Amino acid sequence: MTEITASSPATFVRPAQTRRDIGIKKRYRAEKRFRVYGVAAILTGLFFLFVLLWTVVSNGYTAFLQTTISLPIEFSEKVIDPKNERADNPAKLMTANYPLLVRDALVKALNIDPANRALVKQATDMVSASARTQLRDIVVANPSVIGTTQTVSLLAEGNIDSANKGQIDLTVAEANRKVKDKQIEWMKMLSESGSLTKSFNTGLFTYGASSRPEAAGIGVAALGSLYMMLIVLVLALPIGVCASIYLEEFAPKNRLTDLIEVNINNLAAVPSIVYGLLGLAVFINFAGMPRSAALVGGLVLTLMTLPTIIIATRAALKAVPPSIRSAALGLGASKMQTIFHHVLPLAMPGVLTGTIIGLAHALGETAPLLLIGMVAFVVDYPGSPMEPSTALPVQIYMWANEAERAFVERTSGAIIILLVFLVIMNLGAILLRRRFERRW
Amino acid sequence: MNMMSEAAVEKALDQKMNSVPYKMIGKDVSVYYGEKRALFDVNLNVRENTVTALIGPSGCGKSTFLRTLNRMNDTIDNCRVTGKITLDEDDIYDPNIDVVELRARVGMVFQKPNPFPKSIYDNVTYGPKIHGLARTKAEFDQIVELSLQKAGLWNEVKDRLHEPGTGLSGGQQQRLCIARAVAVSPEVILMDEPCSALDPIATAKVEELIHELRANYTIVIVTHSMQQAARVSQRTAMFHLGNLVEENDTDKMFTNPDDQRTQDYIMGRFG
Repeated sequence: MTEITASSPATFVRPAQTRRDIGIKKRYRAEKRFRVYGVAAILTGLFFLFVLLWTVVSNGYTAFLQTTISLPIEFSEKVIDPKNERADNPAKLMTANYPLLVRDALVKALNIDPANRALVKQATDMVSASARTQLRDIVVANPSVIGTTQTVSLLAEGNIDSANKGQIDLTVAEANRKVKDKQIEWMKMLSESGSLTKSFNTGLFTYGASSRPEAAGIGVAALGSLYMMLIVLVLALPIGVCASIYLEEFAPKNRLTDLIEVNINNLAAVPSIVYGLLGLAVFINFAGMPRSAALVGGLVLTLMTLPTIIIATRAALKAVPPSIRSAALGLGASKMQTIFHHVLPLAMPGVLTGTIIGLAHALGETAPLLLIGMVAFVVDYPGSPMEPSTALPVQIYMWANEAERAFVERTSGAIIILLVFLVIMNLGAILLRRRFERRW
Repeated sequence: MNMMSEAAVEKALDQKMNSVPYKMIGKDVSVYYGEKRALFDVNLNVRENTVTALIGPSGCGKSTFLRTLNRMNDTIDNCRVTGKITLDEDDIYDPNIDVVELRARVGMVFQKPNPFPKSIYDNVTYGPKIHGLARTKAEFDQIVELSLQKAGLWNEVKDRLHEPGTGLSGGQQQRLCIARAVAVSPEVILMDEPCSALDPIATAKVEELIHELRANYTIVIVTHSMQQAARVSQRTAMFHLGNLVEENDTDKMFTNPDDQRTQDYIMGRFG
């Protein structure tokens, strides 16, 4: 070593070094520039993500609170069942004039002259029209309340709720405002007496569709989405995994399988609305399945998710080292045994991740569901996947079209819920991957 | 048994080599990968309880020939084998021969140690399990102990049988693979460069093991190391460009080969 360095002449080194210096500086600059571009790209992405989340959360967090008004309701027999015929005619309790009970209670609580119709109207407008069904349900469930006075927590009307959350501009002239001065005065009064309160909005999670924002919730949509996810999981996972195993391990490599492979890859990129058209044509028009049903939605989403699952599964199968296959085959395992004892278990993390990502994709899909009639006003919970229902993203889409201020926060609130579901599913994918991942 | 007598026994065995019966007979074996022909009418016989080494430069077809012996070439899509190979009296390419049964009789150890990502115990019991060689836990325990002992691994792993096989060192993994192959009681064991991924100490252990296994098994080994072929085998076959150049007693092969090409290869003039 020492001999070589000592004997190498300085004149030989210099030109080589000057030439190399130019290249190195340029390369360092290029590398630095590229890093700056990368950081800038990531920061831009993070900025927009932050703006999105900030908008959604700042608009939506109030949706999880709901203003209620607790009133002592006198379940007067004179109003509900004046002729005392409920024993023979249970329908009587269903059709009784429950709003009158609310009106009487408000008149009493706010000290209004019952003869002043305009004022009484303003007062009753403060309570949601859903109070009728709320009181009816109380009476039907327990007829013995008739004749007693119970404190009932009634939903405040949407605009009152918005005003209570400070979302209505009170500087606007009264005539152009949804909430009148007198109502604001009463709100203050009720608030001081502790009967007007904000509490956690469980209704957002349990109610179905309603044109009154205070009584609208994602319950029906969530159940519809759950049905569809179950259908997708039950159909797409086994079909997708079987198809991938066949294509990857058994199918001969020829033009036909190449064509199938290209088509599967292309299907993953087909706009989802096309799947909606397909579902409409095949499942509804041809097979005669019911419209708006979660079953059809699930089938359409299954078709949409299949390519994702197949591509992920094939990639996972391909990633299993061939030495494991050789080991099993060399021991005399059949092809089936090799795949099911060794290859598939090793590919499982990839399969599960692909499946969950496909499911998350399907959960957030709206367009194909619009075409098969799932954009519907569904009030009652669907008892089975054959009954009409909606889906979470469709519910968001429908609420986004509504005019009332209270629907704005509900739209964002539903988006938050959907995002939480998606985050949970992706976390699940990561955990499963960690849990099943094995070294080889 | 002292060193002298062992060497004497060895010598006697080697001298009797020509009288040892054939275990496998390959007649006019040719292999095609699609249009490309990889083996040209190879006639090579494998003697019982003998280590046969296959040597030759890269791409000469020695691994291809090895893989025809347990039909591992079947797993390659466009691979076609002609000619006849018999194991004892059975034509192994006969349509009536079950490839599963064949591979139970002709086991294989690969170049890179490839234990399953399971416990040491499960690695060894997998073969017996799929071939139905044992039923009770006691039977499996016995197979595991016996196989690991034959592979010289028992003392090193007997206290951690339920730890993953992938956690062992490279040499231990390779001996685990040998134990796994031995567990199904094969008649022939094929080894495809079993030491090429191992360090010299692990290599020495595996070579010693091959030496011991010879008593009960017929072994065919592909190797790139002349020294290894000389150390472990009794018969050596030299391949070149898909042809069998020469097959001879190892001693003769390395001292006075019949073919000039063998001489050149062993001397390192090509390859």
